[in-house]
Amino acid sequence: MTEGLPDDLEAVIGLEIHVQLSTETKMFCGCSLSFGDPPNTHTCPVCLAHPGVLPVPNRRAIEYAIQIALALGCEVAPRSIFHRKNYFYPDNPKAYQISQYDVPLASAGELANVRIHRAHLEEDAAKMVHIGESGRIQGSSGSLVDFNRAGTPLVEIVTEPDIRSASEAREWGQLLRETVRQLGVSDVNMEEGSLRCDANVSIRPRGSSELGTKTELKNMNSFRFLEKGITAELDRQAGLVASGERVVQETLHFDPGTGALHPLRSKEEAHDYRYLPEPDLVPLAPDSAMLEEARKSLPELPEAKAKRYRDELGIPEAPAELLSVRAELAGFLEAMLAAEPDLEPRVAANWLTGEFAAELRRKGDPDLSEVPVEAAALASLASMAQAKKISHGTAKDLLTRMVDDGIDPVAVVTEEDLGQLSDSSELEAIVEKVVEENPGPAEEVQAGNEKAIGALVGAVMKETGGRADGGEVNRILRQALGLG
Amino acid sequence: MIDRDQVVHVARLARLELGEDEVGALAEELSSILDHVDRLLAVDTDGVEPTTHVVPLENVLRDDVPGEELTPEQALAPAPSVEDGAFLVPSPKTEG
Repeated sequence: MTEGLPDDLEAVIGLEIHVQLSTETKMFCGCSLSFGDPPNTHTCPVCLAHPGVLPVPNRRAIEYAIQIALALGCEVAPRSIFHRKNYFYPDNPKAYQISQYDVPLASAGELANVRIHRAHLEEDAAKMVHIGESGRIQGSSGSLVDFNRAGTPLVEIVTEPDIRSASEAREWGQLLRETVRQLGVSDVNMEEGSLRCDANVSIRPRGSSELGTKTELKNMNSFRFLEKGITAELDRQAGLVASGERVVQETLHFDPGTGALHPLRSKEEAHDYRYLPEPDLVPLAPDSAMLEEARKSLPELPEAKAKRYRDELGIPEAPAELLSVRAELAGFLEAMLAAEPDLEPRVAANWLTGEFAAELRRKGDPDLSEVPVEAAALASLASMAQAKKISHGTAKDLLTRMVDDGIDPVAVVTEEDLGQLSDSSELEAIVEKVVEENPGPAEEVQAGNEKAIGALVGAVMKETGGRADGGEVNRILRQALGLG
Repeated sequence: MIDRDQVVHVARLARLELGEDEVGALAEELSSILDHVDRLLAVDTDGVEPTTHVVPLENVLRDDVPGEELTPEQALAPAPSVEDGAFLVPSPKTEG
């Protein structure tokens, strides 16, 4: 799949993702991290870049970065160093950002068939608001600088250009986000900027191994926009090539409202950042204890979880994938299986990702903790349906009441006598009655119009209050009508 | 050799305004500095670990514990212009 690209062209996409770490304090000073606090309420001489101050790295930020590195299958450098990345811009009054350059913390990883080039630690810049126009630089007459964000620990993750379509970029980005979320090292909230994504996009003749001229799409604030932005950029590049023009290397801003791509003024010409080793920081050499600690703290991550659900639990691909990226639902599944040992994992998974997920959507996708349904109750419901103690229709109705009112499905089935009609003679009696009361459809069916049986099935279901199994009703009806 | 264009480029990156005569003088001075570096490069450093720091320390870290912060008033006190609790700076666009 390559969206709108002509068959002879291929998309080549790499992503750069910045993840804000959810530490208590900043990367190089003890100021608290915050989001949405009044401006300049979390600053100190270090993050304001007063003269003579010294940065000291946050141990937890380094631990988190190592966890990300391991989760992405990266090699952690035995010894990495910090560099100064020099640029002049009011969001960084030191005139350099502390980052890593030629010896990053981590390199050579892989997540879902996309290679990770590197992952390194750095600090975030201050937040700027340009007066006159919110967010965009053009036309503003001055800028307001808020240093609360300055110095927030960031891990920048850079992929190899292994992604081949806009939709793949979106799906992979979502997997990465879930992976980092499940590590518990970041809020990964794109709207609040705790996860930010840039894309490097180019096209080339299909089958070629050379890289075309790339453009960079900056700061996509959702993966949906990322997909749209890349699609628009691929179209633009293909259009240029079709009309005999060349793609020019530039940085672009995608406006999701209009779908337009605007060239962005870069902070510094030609990425001439004049990196130099940061003399104020000594090298970072994660010892075996740090690595072991990080390794032990890794949860089962989405990619591995999806594989286990498929291979060991026999859950079909789609629900397995969905559960693997929704940690809450996956936790629910495990609790369901623990509560009802006879419940088949695939049945439990289907209820969770099908009817239950639909009920959650109806409720506006609340947190599971806000829904009055315990995993054990959902497991009982699914078990009753699996054992055909209740019909599928009854189970669905019960589920709605569980989500709305927190009812106990087992108790309600007994109280309201909702158990599936398992007694064939009772069902046969009802079928007989229905056939007698509906001579028209019955004759039509017997005359060869098999579709007319639907009306009779409906009437039987109504008569039984939805307690009968549809397949069983069909079977008995066909028998009664002499269709075998 | 550093030529005039390179001096102008570096000056621009460093936001330095140079007069015509300064550009020429700096081109010469910078060239002689680089010549000296070239001489150093002649030393055989095979198998020598690059020095990134003169102090033989690693992993100087601090715990993730909040420390003292400035009040917004203290933070903004040295600022030439303030608006809405923030540092007011000229627009980077017009500043060029």
